[in-house]
Amino acid sequence: MGRWDNKRQPYDSVVAAVPVSVPYQRFTPDPAHWWLARALGDLLRGAGLHPADIDGFTVSSFTLFPDTAVGLTQHLGLTPRWLDHIPMGGASGVVALRRAARAVQAGDASVVACVAGDANHVDSFRNMLSSFSRFAQDASYPYGAGGPNASFALLTDYYMRKYGATRADFGRIAVAQRANARRYAPALMQEALSLQQYLDARPISDPIHLFDCVMPCAGAEAFLVMRADIAAELGLKTVKILSTIERHNAFPDDPVQDRGGWAMDKDELWDMAGINPDQVDFLQTYDDYPVISMMQFEDLGFCAKGEGPAFVRGHDLEISGSFPHNTSGGQLSVGQAGAAGGFLGLVEAIRQLTGTASDTQVKGAKYGVVSGFGMINYDRGVCSAAAVLAKGSQ
Amino acid sequence: MTKPILKPGRKNPQIRTVHPTLPPAYRSRKALGFTVAAAEGRFCLQRCDDCGKLTYPAREACPACLSMNLRWQDVDPAGQLIAETTIRTSTNSYFRERTPWRTGTVMLDAGVSVLAHIHGDVTPQGRVRMIARTDKSGKGVMMALPEKEVENMADDKQLRELTCDPKHRRVLITDGRSDVGQAMARAMVNAGAEIVFVGLAEEWRGFPGQAAMTEIANVEIVPLDVTNTTSVQECAGEIGGKVDILINTAQHTRPGGIMGRRDVVTSRDEMEVNYFGLMRLMQGFGPGMKARGADGVNSACAWVNLLSVYALSNKPDFGSTSASQAAALSLAQCFRAEMAGSGVKVVNAYHGPLEDEWHQPLPPPKVSPNRLAREVTGALQQGLEDIAIGEVAVDVRGRWQEDAGVLEKELTQIEGM
Repeated sequence: MGRWDNKRQPYDSVVAAVPVSVPYQRFTPDPAHWWLARALGDLLRGAGLHPADIDGFTVSSFTLFPDTAVGLTQHLGLTPRWLDHIPMGGASGVVALRRAARAVQAGDASVVACVAGDANHVDSFRNMLSSFSRFAQDASYPYGAGGPNASFALLTDYYMRKYGATRADFGRIAVAQRANARRYAPALMQEALSLQQYLDARPISDPIHLFDCVMPCAGAEAFLVMRADIAAELGLKTVKILSTIERHNAFPDDPVQDRGGWAMDKDELWDMAGINPDQVDFLQTYDDYPVISMMQFEDLGFCAKGEGPAFVRGHDLEISGSFPHNTSGGQLSVGQAGAAGGFLGLVEAIRQLTGTASDTQVKGAKYGVVSGFGMINYDRGVCSAAAVLAKGSQ
Repeated sequence: MTKPILKPGRKNPQIRTVHPTLPPAYRSRKALGFTVAAAEGRFCLQRCDDCGKLTYPAREACPACLSMNLRWQDVDPAGQLIAETTIRTSTNSYFRERTPWRTGTVMLDAGVSVLAHIHGDVTPQGRVRMIARTDKSGKGVMMALPEKEVENMADDKQLRELTCDPKHRRVLITDGRSDVGQAMARAMVNAGAEIVFVGLAEEWRGFPGQAAMTEIANVEIVPLDVTNTTSVQECAGEIGGKVDILINTAQHTRPGGIMGRRDVVTSRDEMEVNYFGLMRLMQGFGPGMKARGADGVNSACAWVNLLSVYALSNKPDFGSTSASQAAALSLAQCFRAEMAGSGVKVVNAYHGPLEDEWHQPLPPPKVSPNRLAREVTGALQQGLEDIAIGEVAVDVRGRWQEDAGVLEKELTQIEGM
């Protein structure tokens, strides 16, 4: 794609482990620091480590202001030699994974705690929207202040016209995820959802209706990236990283976004992984709206561009179905805990591939794909990322 | 098809007056360039001086060549609606009270896609023409209109939020003694104003055109002397709660500068009308209008200052009057700041020399009262905030925008040197 040839190195001797999800809450007065601390504590307890054992730390959060990862080191008693702060919203999880993996592989750190979390106070969401980005302030917020609902309504409207998708096609994604969420106890939305209820929901920003939208909430997610030998010494169940991709501001001249950066990089993703899409046992997409999940089916290569609607009509997306997708219920049913939403699919994937997913476990899961998408800077999501993961350590 | 808005009934005093709220008002410094153009009704995007790329939203550098030389330039406003939504929930109080609200993505023929408000008569996937206007927050926004004029187009709910259409509104013309005041009153009646109050100082003195003025059914003469604080306060007490548009036609213009006058008597008269008169009006009528910026179909919506274009840069042969006009302009800027939050637009209409007795020695082109009235009416219907009326005003303001320093040197150099 670029000007120079690019030979990717494999992620040798690096693993991900210890998936942590701090159960979400709709509103709490606790700040982001509380959620991140809770996740880090669970991570250390889960691994049998002490704060001093963590020599790498990466944080993703929208509501940590005025602090960054720097302030958290002192706040939480960490003394890392490798520190990162990843402000990429829904792409944060995969990006944290790939950055941490390279740091560990190169010896810059041995054990990296990757943490994401956000507070949700009563007025947090409005405050975040009104100051999200300069382009949003200048050129999208003044047009109805519909937030991401309005932005994704435009993408959805465009996609439906261009590729003939119907609301029911998107409904299949939301309904299957709700069925999955009913097997994931921490999901905030547990009531059964039928396709008819989906179709009958009230309009929010046409053609987006209620069950196309995620519910903002508070929560945190975390995992470790570490040397395989240390994981083995600690007796941890681990996941191998076969390949990753990351891309920002892809296809800037598309008048409306109907593809993401994955479409630029998917060949590299599969080449590096050494498997093909048919071998994948589950997919965790970033599902802030169903249209984006459908784009990921296409742009990651599970079907061709424009075949997303036919793909969802032809597959059962539930845990026990032909194409298990967002097995914990995704953000649509679990809730969107800010930047933790960018970790949700990855943490669930680690559970799946370490055989610890309990009621949502996909039987015999060996390969999983996680993709991330983030940051409506103006009229489209700018960041995209994906990873192919495998069960085991080597 | 837009339904025509109906004349509002008498206001029910038991019902709450809707409090003015604002659409999001914050803009980056670069984006304010769009607001400046929108206030004049110009549809502009940034274009790169070096590579020619058109870009939006407002940037600091060209995304094609990283040149720092981006300039706001007029752009072909034609385009096509390629995606749309109707927003039914919003996090912003202003929009919450006004949903459903139609917005969309427009692909401009110029090659850039933009988010915009969408007029109700634009068909899905239809051709549009874009306008740039200031919204209730005073900041520039884009709206897509049907390519061709349609019936009752101005009555579209979203478009009317951007305009100050006199239709069904109540207007105060502060001085009806002059030809300008009378032309303005006639223009407002013709534009559908429900009632036009025409201020008159020293009522016992008749004036040319009085009979014709009083014959118009929608015109009501009210006693108003802008040089008298009590008079302004009494008039505001009487009608201040039902003035939706105020057009200040009171002006005192005399030739002469500094040393040709032996004292400050004439200059004081100029200031008494052009500056203190304006301030009295602002103090008398401003608070009432500010509270009524969201009061339904006949909300308060505009305050119009008629300013000599030489408020921008002094014209020495009318030097003292120019100074009083500069004072009025400065006051208008302060007033804009104090009215911010109300949704009432403070319109500055710069004009060149008028076709009146006090500009008699000046050569043409001059601005006739009818033209002044016509262009102010048009500006209100379109929702403009900064306009130049007449060839001289357009020319002088253009030169001032280009280089205020050079304009001053030009205006103050000795003739023939």
